Amino acid sequence: MLLQIEDLRIDGTDVDGNSVEIVKGVSLEVDRGQVLGLIGESGAGKSTIGLAALGYVRPGCHFAGGSVRLDGQELVGAPVGQLLDIRGRRVAYVAQSAAAAFNPAHRLLDQICEVHRRHGLGPRAEAERFAVELFGKLGLPDPERFGQRYPHQVSGGQLQRAMTVMALITRPDLVVFDEPTTALDVTTQIEVLAAMRRAIREQGAAALYVTHDLAVVAQMADRILVLRHGAAVELGETRQILEQPRQDYTRALVSVRRGAHERHGGHERSVVLAVDRVDAAYGAQQVLFDVSLRVERAATVAVVGESGSGKSTLARVITGLLPPRSGQVRFGGEVLSNDLAGRSKDHRRRLQLIYQMPDVAVNPRQTVREIIGRPLAFYLGMHGDALRRRVKELLARIELPAHFADRFPGELSGGQKQRICIARALAAEPELIICDEVTSALDPLVADEILNLLLRLQEESGLSYLFITHDLATVRAIAHEVVVMQRGRVVDSGGKDQVMAPPFHDYTGKLIRSVPEMRTDWLDEVLAGRV
Amino acid sequence: MSVALLLRRMPWITRLGLLLVFLFAFLAAFGPWLAPYPEAEPVADVWQPIGTVGFPLGTDTLGRDMLSRLLYGAQRSIGLALVITVLSFTVGSVCGFLAAIAGGWADQAASRVVDVFMSFPALILALLVLSVMGSSLPVLVLTLAFIDGTRVFRLARAVAVDLNVMEFVEAAKLRGEGIWWIARKEILPNALPMLLAEFGVRFCFSFLLISALSFLGLGIQPPAADWGGMVKDNAQAIAFGLPAPLLPAGCIALLTISVNLVVDFLLDQASRRSRRG
Repeated sequence: MLLQIEDLRIDGTDVDGNSVEIVKGVSLEVDRGQVLGLIGESGAGKSTIGLAALGYVRPGCHFAGGSVRLDGQELVGAPVGQLLDIRGRRVAYVAQSAAAAFNPAHRLLDQICEVHRRHGLGPRAEAERFAVELFGKLGLPDPERFGQRYPHQVSGGQLQRAMTVMALITRPDLVVFDEPTTALDVTTQIEVLAAMRRAIREQGAAALYVTHDLAVVAQMADRILVLRHGAAVELGETRQILEQPRQDYTRALVSVRRGAHERHGGHERSVVLAVDRVDAAYGAQQVLFDVSLRVERAATVAVVGESGSGKSTLARVITGLLPPRSGQVRFGGEVLSNDLAGRSKDHRRRLQLIYQMPDVAVNPRQTVREIIGRPLAFYLGMHGDALRRRVKELLARIELPAHFADRFPGELSGGQKQRICIARALAAEPELIICDEVTSALDPLVADEILNLLLRLQEESGLSYLFITHDLATVRAIAHEVVVMQRGRVVDSGGKDQVMAPPFHDYTGKLIRSVPEMRTDWLDEVLAGRV
Repeated sequence: MSVALLLRRMPWITRLGLLLVFLFAFLAAFGPWLAPYPEAEPVADVWQPIGTVGFPLGTDTLGRDMLSRLLYGAQRSIGLALVITVLSFTVGSVCGFLAAIAGGWADQAASRVVDVFMSFPALILALLVLSVMGSSLPVLVLTLAFIDGTRVFRLARAVAVDLNVMEFVEAAKLRGEGIWWIARKEILPNALPMLLAEFGVRFCFSFLLISALSFLGLGIQPPAADWGGMVKDNAQAIAFGLPAPLLPAGCIALLTISVNLVVDFLLDQASRRSRRG
């Protein structure tokens, strides 16, 4: 057995200096040629276990028990000199953000060959030759000269592959991948995944693949270990985990990605929001070209596209933060002023916005009561007991207990903060809520709860949503209509069933095919389809 | 957070700092009543050493009681520094916040005016104004508060510019909140830790600036006692191996250190809270 972790326990300290258990007795084994996926939500301890395979714990944490053995050699409590010899040479690490892991001041090749040199593995020329070979294998352009570039001269996906080269340059026995594709676009993600998988197989190395995305790990791993709150939930073959999960938690994880909600009742609807032929620009750079769309009452329109497609700019135009160059936005039959300052209080109230990052969307120094209560006081003139009662009602509607009113955002989880943002929008009693990637910063299970909440609120109050997202699973789950954007233009639009089913528009089809599916052979099929 | 909890969390060094700050505040408030002699009257021989009967801290260059002058000086020096710092922070941070939120030409105009004043060294600018306008107490306070205020403006504006692009501020703007509400409710609470840290430093700087001006004869006018002026008056004593100027100098140093001990702790608390959120 190459890597054997037994009853591993790691403790850390929180901000108040109290000891907390991060990993609570996890055991796992990986043999040569195998890939083990570690999956779980944030806080599950999966990265901590990944790092423990290098005999490393983050500052403030320590091994509280158990053992980590590499080829029978104990790493827990091993002398630092011994660990330094192993790290990088026998066990390599690929971090989540390659952009943060490379030194911007040195050429890629110098940084990649440094590992080789530090471990005294032979002349540099040899390392360079091998690096060029790996560049080629990982599908990087112009392998001969790629290493001469600086980190800022290559794309995020290329940098992530360069880091994989850095990990593989010493021909390690074990590679730990810590969410290596999370920061990448779906279309780039495929190439990186395929390249990593090929490289690992050819070297006969073993790998630990840490991620929160079940569909991604399905392409990479032979076996999957599901983690929650620092403990193992289920360990099994990838196919078994996906098709016959034994534990409730695993079943929940799997069904989130497969989840779908159906549209209810189909009677005549009036148009709430109409965007007509809008052009918009930041300075000299035009971002939106002739964009039109409409949102009906009690309906959800999803705007999808890759990053840079202009979908968030569209939200800024609708809310009045960015006056369009031409075209107009009509709301409930009235033309909205292009400029935020020219809009009436009533218009502002009826059109609310929820942000992607709940952490920065609420003031960390206001209590929940102040955050939710402000729109009530501002728009509806509520105060005193009426306001307190209404805040309590709103908390109940977003399924949070009433005593949360006196908490600060810092005391809430990401999902709870997003609920507070929803309550703040609801407080204004709006007709339309623009949701700008509201679930993309959340764990899958939490994101699913938020989507369900939004759907329920829509049924209760007849709200309309303009849902901006790059996640097609979300679109499938909640949209009635879909607008696909590419480079500032609407390239495809219509009912969900029409847009998201064959025959696809070219670009829509590419987006849909790029989303990892929960089948173990999905990646192979896509790659085969591309040739 | 309750005061009791805050006290319990304090390390001993912060408690010491707090104790000294309170002690200085007490002396500043009641100094003139505690002083055994008048501040301006020679009561004994020149430069009596420390421990002389009746004059526990000795006498100064004119034979005035050192202890009495330190007590009188405490009120004047600390009081002045406090007034100047509070004034400069109120004006500086309000203007800084408003400039950052308003942006555009208002921000440009305010920032460039401040740049002009900041390009003069503080001491030179103070000397210039004081020698033209004459060194009266109101002129001194307003001049120093203005000079300090330009520095505070820069800091407040820089902090507010960062906060101004946060989404919770954008949400407030979308809601239609006025600029004053945004400054007070959204920006100020988040800028407070940084302003607090600066307050500790600025308080001591304005203290030192008054001392320096007094030393140059343009600050507080004799025979009124202030700590900076006392260092100057007794400076020659060093040549005779007498510690007289070290007493007021020591007071200045001690106050500076204790204020910063307290500020350090408050900063630490603030960053803990924001790290949690």
